[in-house]
Amino acid sequence: MSEHEKPSGEPVPVGRRGGKIDGLPKITGAARFTDDLTLPGMLHGAFLRSPHAHARILSIDVSAAAALPGVYAVLTGADLPTPYGVIPVAQDEHALAVGKVLFIGDEVAAVAAVDQETARRAAALIRVEYEPLEGVFTIEDALNPDKPLLHDERRRKGDTNVLRRVFQKYGDPEAGFAEADVILESSYDYPGSTHVPLETQVALAQPHPDGKLTLWSSTQIPHYLHRIVAKVLGMREQDVRVIKPDVGAGYGGKSDPFANELCAAALARKTGRPVKFILDREEVFYAHRGRHPTRMTLKMGVTKDGRITAADFKAWAAGGAYASYGVVTAYYFGVFLPLPYKLDHWQFESHRCYTNHPPCGPKRGHGAIQPRFALELHLDKLAHAIGMSPEALRLKNTVEPDTETSNGLRITSVALKECVDKVVAASGYLEKRGKLGPNRGIGLATSAYMCGALHPIVQSEMPQSAVQICADRSGRVSILSGTADIGQGSNHMLAAIVAGRLGIPETDCVVLESDTGLTPVDLGSYSSRVTFFAGNAAKMAAEQLYAVIRAAAAEKLGGDDVVMAGGKVFRASAPEKALEFADAVQLAEERHGTLGFVGHYKPPKIGSRFRRQSVGPSPAYSFTAQVAEVVVDPETGFVTVERIWAAHDCGKALNPTIVEGQIEGCVYMGVGEALGEEQSYTKTGLHRAPSILEYKIPTVFETPEITTIIVESNDKEGPYGAKEAGEGPQLSTVPAIANAIFDACGVWMNEAPFTPDRVLKAIERRDREARRAAAEEGA
Amino acid sequence: MPTEPDADLVLTLRVNGDRKRLLIPANRTLLNLLRQDLGLTGSKHGCDVGDCGACTVLMNGAPRLSCVTLAADAEGAELLTVEGVSVGGALHPLQAAFHEQVAAQCGYCTPGFIMALKALFDERPDPSDEELNEVLGANICRCTGYTKILAAARQARERMNGRSA
Ligand code: FES
Ligand code: FES
Repeated sequence: MSEHEKPSGEPVPVGRRGGKIDGLPKITGAARFTDDLTLPGMLHGAFLRSPHAHARILSIDVSAAAALPGVYAVLTGADLPTPYGVIPVAQDEHALAVGKVLFIGDEVAAVAAVDQETARRAAALIRVEYEPLEGVFTIEDALNPDKPLLHDERRRKGDTNVLRRVFQKYGDPEAGFAEADVILESSYDYPGSTHVPLETQVALAQPHPDGKLTLWSSTQIPHYLHRIVAKVLGMREQDVRVIKPDVGAGYGGKSDPFANELCAAALARKTGRPVKFILDREEVFYAHRGRHPTRMTLKMGVTKDGRITAADFKAWAAGGAYASYGVVTAYYFGVFLPLPYKLDHWQFESHRCYTNHPPCGPKRGHGAIQPRFALELHLDKLAHAIGMSPEALRLKNTVEPDTETSNGLRITSVALKECVDKVVAASGYLEKRGKLGPNRGIGLATSAYMCGALHPIVQSEMPQSAVQICADRSGRVSILSGTADIGQGSNHMLAAIVAGRLGIPETDCVVLESDTGLTPVDLGSYSSRVTFFAGNAAKMAAEQLYAVIRAAAAEKLGGDDVVMAGGKVFRASAPEKALEFADAVQLAEERHGTLGFVGHYKPPKIGSRFRRQSVGPSPAYSFTAQVAEVVVDPETGFVTVERIWAAHDCGKALNPTIVEGQIEGCVYMGVGEALGEEQSYTKTGLHRAPSILEYKIPTVFETPEITTIIVESNDKEGPYGAKEAGEGPQLSTVPAIANAIFDACGVWMNEAPFTPDRVLKAIERRDREARRAAAEEGA
Repeated sequence: MPTEPDADLVLTLRVNGDRKRLLIPANRTLLNLLRQDLGLTGSKHGCDVGDCGACTVLMNGAPRLSCVTLAADAEGAELLTVEGVSVGGALHPLQAAFHEQVAAQCGYCTPGFIMALKALFDERPDPSDEELNEVLGANICRCTGYTKILAAARQARERMNGRSA
C-alpha cells in the first residue's frame, strides 16, 4: 500500500482549455435526456392538482377517470401514504396529498394512460370534494398563532407555522456595537425566484418481472432519490436502480424527489408497464423549490477607520408548503456571515416558515444569496457613512488564509484580495466610481461560498464520494462515479483529474456516472461539493493506478525517475526510450493483476469550538469579487446592466473554459434576479407568472457583457488545488448591481428585484428628501 | 385539410434529406412528429408554447418553432433538424465552435441555438454581431449567460469566412 501512496513530486498537468470529453453529443443532437428515452408499451402519467391553496380533502372519486378507455391506473394519496423529505427531521411530504392540500398546484391524484392526452383528460375527470381552509400567505400569517397550521394539529398553544428558528450568537455583540463609531440599521427584502431549467422534470420507470424497478430521471441527486423511492414504495434499496441520463440543468431545482418520480415508479409497479411522467413548463413553476423570499434586518457597526465591530442580522423566509431543504436554509442564512469579512461580535436569528405556496428549496447560492445582498449593500452604506472607499473597507476586513472564523469555520485558501484587486483594475472601478456622470454608476461586491458540506444530510461516517477507475489494456481508463453531471461539467472534471495524473488525453477516459445500480455512491450535485469531494475521490483512485503503472515501468526501464506525460511513460533522464501508455498498462497488469482502484473522499474532521455548528462548515471556501456598471433611466426607472467583471477564486481551474462558463452562468442568473425574476403569487396563492415569457427570463439582450477572471489560490486539500465555481460567483452579482445603482443615482435599493417601478419610487423618494432638506436649510 | 383532432392524415415530407411518408393524427405538432414518430429527439420540448426556441428546426431553410407548428403544415416541406447538420460525420463549423467554446453546458438549448444560427449563416454568410445577437435573442439558455454561445457564433463566423479565430 505504501507504494501506492508514494508522492511522486511530479506536477500534474491539469487546466487544459476547451471542449468537454462528453460535449459532442449535446451538439449533434445525440445526447439522451430522460424524455428522449422510450420503452415498448410505455404509458404516460398526468396529475390532478389542487385548485385550493389550503383545503381539506373530503372525498375523491376516481371512477370516471378509471373508466376512460386507455386509462391503466389511477393513484391517490391513500396509495402512497409514507411521508418523506430529504432532511431526516422534516419528513413532511407525500407523493400525493394525504388529507389536505397545501398549495395551488399540490398533486392530488395521478393517472397512467396510453398517452399523455388521455392521461390528462382522465385526471380532469377525477372528482374531489374539498373543504377550503384559511390560508397562510405571509410571514405575519406564519408567525401568527391564531392561523391554522399547515402540518400537524396544533399541539401547544402558541404553535406557529415556523419550520425552524435558528439563533446563534458569537463574541459580545453589545460590546462590539459600543466600540463602533457608526452604526447603521436597515431592512432588506429579497424576492423568491425559481430555477427554470430548460428541461422540465421527467421520469421514466420500468418494472421488472422479478419485482425490481429501474427509474430514469432528470434528477441532480440520484442517491437521495434512490433512498426515497425505496422508502415510499416500500421496496428494498437493492431492488431500485436510479439512472440519471443527460439532464437539462438544475441549479438546485432538481435536488428534491418529485411527485412525478414517485408516481412514475408506483404506476409502473401497479400496471406492470413502463411509465413516463413529464411535468409541463407550467407545472415546473409549481414544483418550484426555488429561492426563499426573505425579509431581513441588518444592524452593523464600524469604527471610523473601517473596522467592522459588530453585526446583528435577522431573517424571515416564507418557505411554501413543505420543508424541502428549509431547515438547512435557516442555518445558511446566518453561518456564512463572518465570511469573507472578519466578524467577531455578532448574532443572527432566522425563521424559515411554512406558507400555502409552492415549496421553496435550494437554488444556486442556497441560503447565502439573501444575506449577502443585505450585507454587501450595508457595507457600501457604511463606507459612504465613514467616507471610505467601498473596496478599501472590504479589503480592511477580509479574512486571512489559515484562520478560523468566530463561529468556528476553518478557513484555508483565500485569494479574495487578489480577486478584488483584479476586478477593480479591470473595471476601472476606482477611476469610475462617482465620476460616471448622472445615471450611470459602478458598484462592487464580494462574497464567499462553501465547497460541499462537512457533515452529510444523513449522518454517517462513510465517505461522501467514491470513484472507481479501471485501466483497460488498450490504454483506455474508465471512471465510474455516482456524481451527477447536469451540465456543469463534472464528468469532464473527473476525466481531467484522472488523465492529468496519468499523463494521457482526457478523451482516453470514459466516465460512467449516476447509475445507482453500477456506480459507487456520491451524495449528488448540491452545495457546490462535486469538484472538491468527487474530485478528491478521483484523485485518490488515479494516484493508486499511477503508482502501479509507474512501478512496473520503472522496473522495465531500469530507473526510478519515471514520468507519465503525453500518453507516454518514460524516464525523465531518457525520454527517447518511452513506453506507450497502453504498453505500460499491460506491464502493470502482468505485475499487479487487473487494474481497478477505488478512491473516496471523506472531509477531514475539523474540530470546532461550537458543537451546534453542524450546518455550514465546509472543507474549503471559494471567494468572488464583482463589479457591475449600470445605466438607470430616470424617466422610466429602467436599469440596464451594461457590464460585469467577475473574479473568482476557484482554487485551480481544472478546465478554465468550463470554469468561466460557470461564472458566466452565475452572473447571468444573478442579473435575472436583480432585474425582474420573481416567483410571486396573488393574495390567494396563485402563481402570477408561470411561463417562461411572463416570468421574465433574461434573453441575450438583457444580459451584460461578462468579463471573467479566474484567480487560483491552489487549495492545499482541493483536488490538484481546485475549489468550487458553480454557485459562489452568483452571490456578488445582485449587490454589485444595487451598489452601482446607488453610484448612478444615489438611491439604495433595499428591495430586489430592481424593477422600473421600484427604482422610480426610490428616485422620487430621493427627490422628496432632497427638497425637504433644501427647504429645511432655507428655513 | 382535416381539422378534427382525431382524424388521421397522410403526410409526405423530407427530413434531413430522407423522404418520409407517415400516417399521423391531424393535431400532431411538428415537434412531436420529429420526436415520437421519427425518433429524432435532438429537438427539445422547453416550453411547448413558443417561448424558448429549444424546438427550432429549419423548414424549407427558415427557422420554425416546431412546438407550435402543426405537422400538417410540413406537408411537402424540406426539414432540417440538428441531427442533419453534421454531414457525413463531419461537424458543421458552428458545432465545432460550440464544442471548443463549451457553449453547451447542459446542452438542452443547444440544438435550438445551432439551428437558429445555421439559418442565419445560410442566408448571410458573414453576419454582424448585431445580427448574431438578434438570432440569439429568440432563444433562451439558462446555463451560459449566452457568453460562450456568442463566442462560438463569432468563432464560427470567422472560420467560415476564412479569417483566423
Ligand atoms: S419548445 Fe418550442 S419554443 Fe419552447
Ligand atoms: S446550456 Fe443549458 S440551457 Fe443552454
